[in-house]
Amino acid sequence: MLERINRAYTQIARAQKVLGRTVNIMEVCGTHTVSIFRAGLRTTFPEGLKLLSGPGCPVCITDQGYIDAVLSLADRDDCLIATYGDMIRVPGRKGSLEQKTNKGNIKIILSAEDVLKLAKQNPAKKILFVAVGFETTAPATAVLANEAFRQGVKNLFIFSNHKLVVPAMEALLSEKNHRIDAFLCPGHVSVIIGSDAYKPVVERFEKPCVVAGFEPMQIIDAISEICRQLADRKPEVASLYRAAVTAAGNKTAQKIINETFDVSNGWWRGLGKIKKSTLKLKKKFSHLDAEKQLGIEFIPEEDLTGCCCGEVLCGLMDPPDCGLFATNCTPETPVGPCMVSSEGACAAWFKYTLKKGKVDGGRR
Amino acid sequence: MCLAVPARIVELKGDEAIADCIGNRIEAKTTLVPKVKLGDIVLIHAGFAITVLDEEEAKKTWQLLADLDNFSKTDKRVSG
Repeated sequence: MLERINRAYTQIARAQKVLGRTVNIMEVCGTHTVSIFRAGLRTTFPEGLKLLSGPGCPVCITDQGYIDAVLSLADRDDCLIATYGDMIRVPGRKGSLEQKTNKGNIKIILSAEDVLKLAKQNPAKKILFVAVGFETTAPATAVLANEAFRQGVKNLFIFSNHKLVVPAMEALLSEKNHRIDAFLCPGHVSVIIGSDAYKPVVERFEKPCVVAGFEPMQIIDAISEICRQLADRKPEVASLYRAAVTAAGNKTAQKIINETFDVSNGWWRGLGKIKKSTLKLKKKFSHLDAEKQLGIEFIPEEDLTGCCCGEVLCGLMDPPDCGLFATNCTPETPVGPCMVSSEGACAAWFKYTLKKGKVDGGRR
Repeated sequence: MCLAVPARIVELKGDEAIADCIGNRIEAKTTLVPKVKLGDIVLIHAGFAITVLDEEEAKKTWQLLADLDNFSKTDKRVSG
């Protein structure tokens, strides 16, 4: 183990020397963000390495307009809202889903399959599925849509806001003031899309893309590999999560995604509109499409005043630099989504670096 | 949200499976891994098996889960 840590230190120093400054690596997965903090990696790495928490948490990147559109249905007696638990505390302009739970029409589900059961158990209600998440959850929504189609279910409506990871990475690198040298690529998204999906990022932007699982040692090895590539000036795609990730990914999952959704332009919190980044139901599934059937409208909105989640998600700012961090915005009373989700960058910084009200555990 | 756990398939009927993750029984759909067999270890995310894993990899995660569980029961826990 020590040998692997020493190797990482050597490669970080080499990369730092070649770049002539601090090496900035962005992780694009909330589970990586939490693993890195939990293992204390931020404080053990040398000064010359900075880890940025990018748009890797589906809750955090969901535009406020989407939350508001879901909330607009929460007061209707004829609707049940089915959502993954992560979403219920995210504040919109008119409160959060959590504040509406007293009416009993917000249902937390663990699997898209539960939504179908809910629709059958409540034939008099319209069931709205809050379909968020990256390529990991999108195939489950696709299976749900196809099952509902096949069984002729009439009271199930999908509000799809599934996001694609690669277009967001490309959007970040297209910004003039970005400070990203390489990506630590998500483990479970890569199980679906395959490590080859990052090839366009490497070819177009010449940035290393390395997939890792969630064990701390594997993350250390990935950082070592990224720094080796930077030092050698040979960016490429590599995967250290070979047990689960193949180059081509899960073809069955990709096929059902392609058969169910069209890729469209979409809004991301903090990143704005990103071309070809969001999955919307195909015409065949119009009768299941919440936007077409329930009269809800998704109007992108300005983010809440003072909240810097956008800058945090783009890697331009660390959470403690936001004026609201740990003052007005805490996990108990979150203002922005990065503080809501346990995998959000702000919540992770709050949990793992704050002691007696001062930031002292995490390296800025 | 992209957390996933490895579990061994102990019952399989069509694309509906019951899987075992260190003693916990989990319902899972196997629609996305059509070639899966009884006894295989799969990675389960939000109720769906997303890939088949080898035994060694699964054991590492199970050990990690067991360690976390033991750790949370001790008084060494300082935060969270």
